[in-house]
Amino acid sequence: MMELVRKAYLSFILLFLYAPILILIAYSFNSGTYSTEWEGFTLDWYKSLAKSSDLLEITFNSFLLAFLAATGATIVGTAAAIALKRYQFLGKKAMQGLLFALLMSPDVVMGIALLVLFVALRMDLGFFTLLLSHITFGIPFVIVTVMGRITSLDENLTQAASDLGASEFQTLHKVILPLLWPAVLSGWLLAFTLSMDDVIISFFVSGPDFEILPLRIYSMVRLGVKPEINALCTILFILTMAIVFTSRKLVGDEE
Amino acid sequence: MRKILVGLSWGWLLVFALIPLLMLFVVSFFHRGVSEFFVVGFTLENYIRLFDPIYFTVFFKSVVLALVTTVFCLLLGYPFAYFMASYGKSARSYLMILVIIPFWTSSLIRTYATMLILRTNGLLNTILLKFGIISEPLEILYTEWAVYIGMVYTLLPFMILPLYSAVEKLDRQYLQAASDLGASPWQTFIRVTLPLTLPGIIAGSLLVFLPALGLFYIPDILGGAKSLVVGSFIKNQFLAARNWPFGAAISVFLCLMMGAGIWLYLWVKKRVSPEEARS
Repeated sequence: MMELVRKAYLSFILLFLYAPILILIAYSFNSGTYSTEWEGFTLDWYKSLAKSSDLLEITFNSFLLAFLAATGATIVGTAAAIALKRYQFLGKKAMQGLLFALLMSPDVVMGIALLVLFVALRMDLGFFTLLLSHITFGIPFVIVTVMGRITSLDENLTQAASDLGASEFQTLHKVILPLLWPAVLSGWLLAFTLSMDDVIISFFVSGPDFEILPLRIYSMVRLGVKPEINALCTILFILTMAIVFTSRKLVGDEE
Repeated sequence: MRKILVGLSWGWLLVFALIPLLMLFVVSFFHRGVSEFFVVGFTLENYIRLFDPIYFTVFFKSVVLALVTTVFCLLLGYPFAYFMASYGKSARSYLMILVIIPFWTSSLIRTYATMLILRTNGLLNTILLKFGIISEPLEILYTEWAVYIGMVYTLLPFMILPLYSAVEKLDRQYLQAASDLGASPWQTFIRVTLPLTLPGIIAGSLLVFLPALGLFYIPDILGGAKSLVVGSFIKNQFLAARNWPFGAAISVFLCLMMGAGIWLYLWVKKRVSPEEARS
């Protein structure tokens, strides 16, 4: 009896979490344009998506942005994580506090703060402002991910490296980074998905000449969504699943 | 090497995190500009305006929305985390992935899909009508109910994960001891399980409450124009009303409220598990 209740409850919550995603996938194959009734299977939306160069270009923009932003955030974030772990430096406590504030501050506040900065610097809103912003909000997540692994790093290894005459750079390059690799990679993936998903910060720092997918979907949702979007979302969902499982496998193999 | 690593990380955070946040704080004391975004000067009027009943209502409604969302997430998430922890190792990690996957997919897309389900001729109404549970379609979309459903749906994983790690750490021998000593299951739950999982409850509540305060697109999409929350209020001050100093003041106030929430969390955590907080 208890077992039944348990299974039923878990299924109910999982259904709640997955129903919207499943509906979206189903609609992407539905031949009715705006109706919610099932009117037969079709691949038309995928075909017209393939022809809609506009949507594909925006999707490409989003991928490019997420790729560069994740890479930037991973470089700065990993540097920060190693610096925080290995060195004593001026303002270390302040940096930790700032990172905590960055992690906790609402996206809308981060978005307008960056907008104020870019306006003060007289930068045109567009690709570069988006990239700088996306790198910034990815950094604390990379640090948290990499920090988790650094703390379990055996200090004897780095000690041994420097005892054997390795320079600080060599220790970093030959010992620390290879050991941190899985965490760095999952930090990158986290920054990548966060960048792909972000609506709020992008909303403030984007300009008309570089459109990205979340903002296009946001404006579409309010004005009326083309069925091609369902097809695009389905493809993106499957891609995300593939990324999640690959990253879990990568990290899982290490454990 | 040390210089490069420290310089890179500090430099970036200084330019793109500390300075923008400080600028925002400074702007909140400026005057409103007519043709430019703000006029340099010192005034407290932006903060005084916050206490105007019109604006205060927005704050109050946002806090209520965030609180109700948190409570619903807790009520739905606790049994889930509890049941999840009672399974074997492989089933647990399987369930864990299932909870995490929605978090990895675009929340905007999922919110849009929720809209498809909730609208008048949407899936929910179609099913309920077909089975004769209701005779008239329910008007859920563009009401507060839709906003609550959307918020709980998006934030539930943030509640489940910390709750789960708290329940998982729970030493089941304590529960055994309580029942051996004659406590009813309910008493065991209230007197033993609940206090021991309190850190998880608080962490989860914070992870739900804080984003719930700032999210503006879910109320925007699911609640229609009727629901104005503090997030969209700030957005409007910056993009529509073009009153940057006032928008900045609202943001500072929002951050103070969140800061108070975090402080409360750390304070409770220290009380509940002093050894853990010290380490």
